[in-house]
Amino acid sequence: MELSAYVPIIGLFGLAVGFAVVSLVAARIAGPRRANRAKLEPYECGIEPTPQPVGGGRVPVRFYLTAMMFIIFDIEVVFLIPWAVAFDQLALGGFLAVTLFIVAVTIAYVYEWRRGGLEWD
Amino acid sequence: MLSQAPTLADFGHDTWWVIIIKVLAAFVFGVVMTLLGVWFERRMIGWMQVRPGPNRAGPFGLLQTLADGLKMAFKEDLRPRGSDRLVFLIAPCISAVCALTALAVIPFGPIVSIFGERTPLQVTDVPVAVLVLLAVSALSVYGVVLGGWASGSPYPLLGGLRASAQMISYEVTMGLAVVTVFMLAGSMSTSEIVAAQASNPELSIGGATLAVPGWYVLLLLPTFVIFAISAVGETNRLPFDLPEAESELVAGFMTEYSSLKFALFMLSEYIHMVVASAVITTLFLAGWRAPWPVSVWDGANQGWWPLLWFMGKVVLVMFVFVWLRATLPRLRYDQFMRLGWKVLIPLALGWVLVLGGTRVAQVSDLSRSEQLWLGGAVAAVLLLAVLFWPARRQPSRPSPAEQVAARPPGSFPLPPLDLQVPPSPQARRAVAAKRTAASGRSEAEPAVKRPLEGRAGTDPEGGEQDG
Repeated sequence: MELSAYVPIIGLFGLAVGFAVVSLVAARIAGPRRANRAKLEPYECGIEPTPQPVGGGRVPVRFYLTAMMFIIFDIEVVFLIPWAVAFDQLALGGFLAVTLFIVAVTIAYVYEWRRGGLEWD
Repeated sequence: MLSQAPTLADFGHDTWWVIIIKVLAAFVFGVVMTLLGVWFERRMIGWMQVRPGPNRAGPFGLLQTLADGLKMAFKEDLRPRGSDRLVFLIAPCISAVCALTALAVIPFGPIVSIFGERTPLQVTDVPVAVLVLLAVSALSVYGVVLGGWASGSPYPLLGGLRASAQMISYEVTMGLAVVTVFMLAGSMSTSEIVAAQASNPELSIGGATLAVPGWYVLLLLPTFVIFAISAVGETNRLPFDLPEAESELVAGFMTEYSSLKFALFMLSEYIHMVVASAVITTLFLAGWRAPWPVSVWDGANQGWWPLLWFMGKVVLVMFVFVWLRATLPRLRYDQFMRLGWKVLIPLALGWVLVLGGTRVAQVSDLSRSEQLWLGGAVAAVLLLAVLFWPARRQPSRPSPAEQVAARPPGSFPLPPLDLQVPPSPQARRAVAAKRTAASGRSEAEPAVKRPLEGRAGTDPEGGEQDG
């Protein structure tokens, strides 16, 4: 398998980038410009906008917890996929190894579940 | 006759103009499917809600989306004052580009001849095609999150935050689900997964063997269910469209976007839906292969016909997406995350183990000691699962009265917390009349009725208020 099979993906990527750039430019050319102060204010259903902290301010810690869990499970998926593709060759040994691996990750998962890391309220 | 089903070796040998034709075709497919998809969705929802839907622009309103898109190009392109200039510009492009790039590895059909060149009806296929799909759909999260963040406005920020947690959660589920597909197909290339579903495995039930269709929707039904649910979550479609929940966040991450930037977000959302439908078709519904009654005909899987079966299946899956939207109410965010992390992920993990164990037992000729090992491993997993099973413990919530008592002095006054609706004046009058009637029927009844009637006759408003 040569790398030439990847070329069309890059081609489609380039075409999509071109399309996006052309639409942005087209909107710039075709659209009117009649901005006023009210239009440029952030939309808050008509009330005076609340001052926004720089960079979005503070974010509930749940989102970071979710992100950390995501990394754990994504690494798990990364290890599971090669095993799944070579499943028939690895047979029993591979299955036992993966079982141990899943059990190891599950311990961390259960720990977080029990500590209430998965609760959103 | 040469084999029609392409293998990995058939890709990467196209001449340059065939590549250009196929890339352009995939791009046009994406854009046209968006135009038709929006129309299809609006018509379908209109039909389900017993109203016509768009029916003015063009035959059956087919050109409605095109008209909307043209109109958007002539709208003012606003950027709110507090926004980040560059990121605000790039975010919709990221979304649209990622969504379009995913079309590169979707198999549309078998090997056909285009102007005398024999080539598979698929832009390209690589050994890691499904990973390319997952990666590209993961990257499109950036468009949504950055778009929400860069707007410098509260609603988009909330929408972007929700999108970030939502999409990464359901991506894990998706990744775990496709593991079982790889297990059966033994490959990550989309064309080979389609080819793997062509064989009819023999199933022996009580001595009688019958050939079942090799579609993974039948062989891997749990995977299909998990994957379909997480695909809806990943594409931000109702009932999981929390990042843009209209009733809560105005339009979520795209609140501040206007003109063609908004159109790019819409485009990417619908291309995502098309790609998700195409991926479900490829992985579980045998891609371009003809469904059963048609597959009896020999020519069904040759030439350009498979394009028709493929489109039919994609439209069918898209219809289910629309159907879901018309049927189900939006989930609350905590319910949604609970579904992902506490239901789908354990289910997917358990299913990987169950399928792996079954396949190992089938494939390998197990000796006695190996059987013991396997049984021991399964028992160990079960033991661990039972040991660590999360306790169903009711979190002790303070009662309303305790919450009121815990408020700092000087707080705002509260409405009554018992949520009892006071009875209507009419009901109160009726109750009063009944009570007096029960206490002394003989003399009290006329005495009570007369003043009530008199008051109602002379001063109805006063009677309504204090009655």
